[in-house]
Parts: sequence; C-alpha cells; structure tokens
Amino acid sequence: MLIFDHSRSGRRARAQAPLEAQPLAHLPERFRRRMPIGLPEVSELQAVRHYTRLSQQNFSIDTHFYPLGSCTMKYNPRGANALAMLPGFLNRHPYAPERFSQGVLETLYELQQMLAAVTGMRGVSLTPMAGAQGEFAGVAMIRAYHRARGDTQRTEIIVPDAAHGTNPATAVMCGYRVREIPIDAHGDVDLAALRAAVGPSTAGMMLTNPSTLGVFERRIEEIARIVHGAGGLLYYDGANLNAILGKARPGDMGFDAIHINLHKTFSTPHGGGGPGAGPVGVSERLLPFLPLPLVAMEEGRYRLLEEADRPHSIGRLSAFMGNVGVLLRAYVYMRMLGREGMPRVAEFATLNANYLARRLAEADFTLAYPERRASHEFIVTLKREAKQTGITAMDYAKRLLDYGVHAPTTYFPLLVPECLLIEPTETEAKEALDDFVNAMTAIRAESETDPAKVKDAPHTLPNRRFDEVRAARNPDLRWQPPR
Amino acid sequence: MSELPSDFFYTQSHEWLRDNGDGTLTVGITDHAQEQLGDLVYVELPEVGTHLTTGDACGVVESVKAASDVYAPIDGEVLAVNETLAETPELINQSPYADGWLFSIKPDSAEVLKNLMNTEAYRAYLDSEG
Repeated sequence: MLIFDHSRSGRRARAQAPLEAQPLAHLPERFRRRMPIGLPEVSELQAVRHYTRLSQQNFSIDTHFYPLGSCTMKYNPRGANALAMLPGFLNRHPYAPERFSQGVLETLYELQQMLAAVTGMRGVSLTPMAGAQGEFAGVAMIRAYHRARGDTQRTEIIVPDAAHGTNPATAVMCGYRVREIPIDAHGDVDLAALRAAVGPSTAGMMLTNPSTLGVFERRIEEIARIVHGAGGLLYYDGANLNAILGKARPGDMGFDAIHINLHKTFSTPHGGGGPGAGPVGVSERLLPFLPLPLVAMEEGRYRLLEEADRPHSIGRLSAFMGNVGVLLRAYVYMRMLGREGMPRVAEFATLNANYLARRLAEADFTLAYPERRASHEFIVTLKREAKQTGITAMDYAKRLLDYGVHAPTTYFPLLVPECLLIEPTETEAKEALDDFVNAMTAIRAESETDPAKVKDAPHTLPNRRFDEVRAARNPDLRWQPPR
Repeated sequence: MSELPSDFFYTQSHEWLRDNGDGTLTVGITDHAQEQLGDLVYVELPEVGTHLTTGDACGVVESVKAASDVYAPIDGEVLAVNETLAETPELINQSPYADGWLFSIKPDSAEVLKNLMNTEAYRAYLDSEG
C-alpha cells in the first residue's frame, strides 16, 4: 500500500509544518505552481506507521546476512555515523568561508591522503558521487591525458568479458569504442588475446582485480606492461578493493586511475541507505586532470583548489565537495581501523570467503574455479542441480530469503552458467556462514522431496515472485492521482 | 538438449545462420542461447545497409538476467532486420529458429560459411561445453 492510498482530503500532520508561512511576494508569477502539489494527506501516526512498516519489510545488513557478491555488504559501524553527525559537520553551510571550515577541510584533506596511501596512487579527488561517476571521471581523465598530448587516434578501451557492466558503459559514455577480450579457463585475462587487441588505437584498459570471478589476476604486471607498451593507460575498478586492502596496492601494480567505492570498502551505507561516493585516484601523469574541487594544505591552512589552480582539470562532477556526509563516515571508519587494521579487513574477508567456499564444496556444491583460492568472493555453479532437478540458481536465491538470508548475486558473471556469486565480507561471524551452508543443503534436499516449495519461494515475505519481464519492459514508476 | 535445425550453420557465440538459397542468409540466436539468457526484454539490431565484419558486436539481446552482444557471424551487408522484435522480443524465446530471427545478410562471398559449424559440430560443441 502506498502512502497515497492512506490519504484523505483535509487530514494533517503538524510535526513537519513550517513555523510560519513563507511569503511568495519575491517569486515571479510565472514560476508559481498553478496545480496543487498533490502530497498525501495523512495523520502523523499514519505516516509513522506506514514508514515503520516498510522499514520492517526491508532485507538489510542490519537484519540479515547479505552475501551479495561484488557488492561488499558489510556492517556500517554506528560510530562512523555518530561522528559524521556531529553538529559542526552537520550544520556547516557549503558556502561557509574557508576560514570557518578548517575542520571539515582538514578531515577531507586527510581522507584524500589516506586513500592515496592505501591505493598507492599519487593524488585523490573526493568529488564523484557514486562508483559509476568515479569510473566516468577516471576514463574522462584518460581521455584528457591523450588529448593533451595531441594523441587523438586512440579510440578504444579494452574490457575483459568478465567485467562489471559499468565498465563498457563508462567507456561508451566517454566516447570510446569497447573492445572485449576473453579470459582463460583459470579466470585470468587471456594474454594472447590482449596482445592481439592492443595497438595505436588503444586508449586504455579497464580491469577489476580481484576480478568478478573472485580470483586475483596473477599476471597483472605483465598486463600493465602490455597496455603501457602500446601507449594505453590502465584503469582499476575499485569494486573489489576489499579483498586486497592494506595488502596490495593498485598503484604498485601499475594502474593509472582508480575509483574507490566508499560504500563497499569503507563501510558507508549502500543504495537506499546511501548516497554513494566514488573518489578517484591517479598516477603521476594524470594528476593535472583530477576533478575539482580538491583540498590543499598551504602553510598549515586548508583551502579548496578551483579551476584557476588546476586549468587542466576535467572539471566538476558535483556541486561543492561531493557527498560530504558519506566522505566523513569513510574517514571515521578508516581512522577506527588505522593502518594496522586495514590488512585485517582483507585477511578476514578472504578467510570468510574461503571458509564458506570450502564448506560448500564439502557439502557437494560445485565451485566454478575449484583450483583457485577465492579472494573476498567466489562462484558456485548450480548447473548440475538445475539439470537434475530443474531447480535453478534463481530458485535457490528466492528460497534463501525464506531461510533469512539475502540472496547472493545471481547469474553474474554470465559466463558461468546457473551461478551464485557469494561475498560474505569480514564482518560475519562463523555461525552466519555455517547457517548459510545449512540453508543451501536444506534447499537441495527440498528440491528433491518438495520441488514446488522451492519453485514457488519465497513463502514468508510480503511479496512472492515478481513479473520481471513486465517490470523491465513497462515499469510503472510514478504514482498518479485516480481520475 | 535443445533441438537443432539440421541444415543451419552455427557460431561459437551461439548465433545461427540459415541459407535462404537466394544468395542471402538469415541470422538469429540459438535455442541454447535464449535458454541461457532467460526472458528477453529488449533487442537492439544493426541498421539495414551496414557492412559487418565477422566478430563485430552488431546487436544486443537483453534479458531479465543480462545484456549480451550479438556478434556478426560472417562478413556481409545487412539486408533487413526483424522489426517485430522491438515490440515482442519474447518471439526469440518462443521461436528462436523462425519468428525470432534477428536480421538477414548478404555475404561478401560464398566462402564465408566454411568457417562456421554445421549442426553436428555445434551439437558436439554444446556437449563439450557441458
């Protein structure tokens, strides 16, 4: 039921009403609304109940194990939240002069430094407001770099076929053609195909390491040599940074640009609990092109660098400093971990993933890359189960909800049939992992004794299966008043 | 195992070709491909008159699971595309080898079919993929 369905004409909730009416005299006639705004008219209690009920229907990290591969759904520490909401941060106006904003600027400056240090990059800009915008910034800088050198023949970005869908999308948004290359049977980039693909039209290559197959790209240095040798630059998709945090640095592997999903690796809220933040880091040669504003320290004072300071910048991606509230949470999280805490994130993320992978293998589930050590995530293929019982990966995913587990990522990457991409993260206890194995085993038993129960799942949630085809083809996203 | 028409040609990326006997070929995706993709929701086709080179990404099939490129199986010029797929992409799920055809193409030479698999070879290829 939508909040609009509770609406009755004339009903009011006073709590959010303005204290005094605002005069409209200064607003020119032509900008004034002629139609009523169409807000729902409900009592305060109705509003509270409606949203409380919706929040109770959520599957969230705060309520359930959430092993959604590639998304790093780990606990968002409340301490980071509390500190980011200190009144000095919360009430600062973005136009407040720099001399009254030294605290927040110092914090953001240190965040730039910490992110640069942990990724091995020379400089970081915090302004991209999501991972996708960070990717855009990174490839836009690669483009700006080639143009600044008068190197205009480079029209292609190379992307492995296991890449995140955002990678080719980013390349196209930046005006490039995408050249896809295969990966080999062990999950590594096919070097022969890469060598054949690079050339004078190569602008760069986008890579996730560890890859979306949940394995570390072992020949990354060779890849960097091949791409750089052809005059291209190397872009690191930071989606899977959690697995190597404090252990290995993209800058040391030879990457020229990287985006960092703060809502993954640095534990700020995801999605609906967001917004996101996707800072970008760069190597020496891309420094002049970083998006603005940047925070600089000069003689102990902090100030924002603008266009006049950085004439070659690709420009601005957001008003002000990006999503400062999110940046602050990541800052506190990094401070809480400290330098010595960061490798522990990677160690436990990897340990949890490998423990879970091993236990599932022992329970006779098929790992897609059994000979490889998992990074922070791994793939189970249910191809055999689907063939034998007709119960697919999607059925398992839906039935897992009844067992109180958010489904892993399903059918991604597509090159592994009937797959679940499972990422437990470092913040889960061993018991949660064991429960997951038990649930998977129980579902397999059900698929033999009572397949309908699995096929029709979920049974315990407010909604059952959705018509995904209709949702994709005819989305109904806007409420309209009944006529 | 999905059924395979006997006189078609196939690619490793799961496109099929039918020789229309008049110097033109019709291209689609195989039953195996549509099964892997699941319910299709959107199809993007090449423009009529475009010249394709083997291996070019020349279209997109998007399902509730994923978006996947369609690759040009041969060198040639696009003669016609299946316009009905814009409104009814589910035709590919329902009838991959007939009503769900994607486009027709005029090959640069008659030799192009030599590099493709015949039905037996494609069946063996599917078996080897498991």
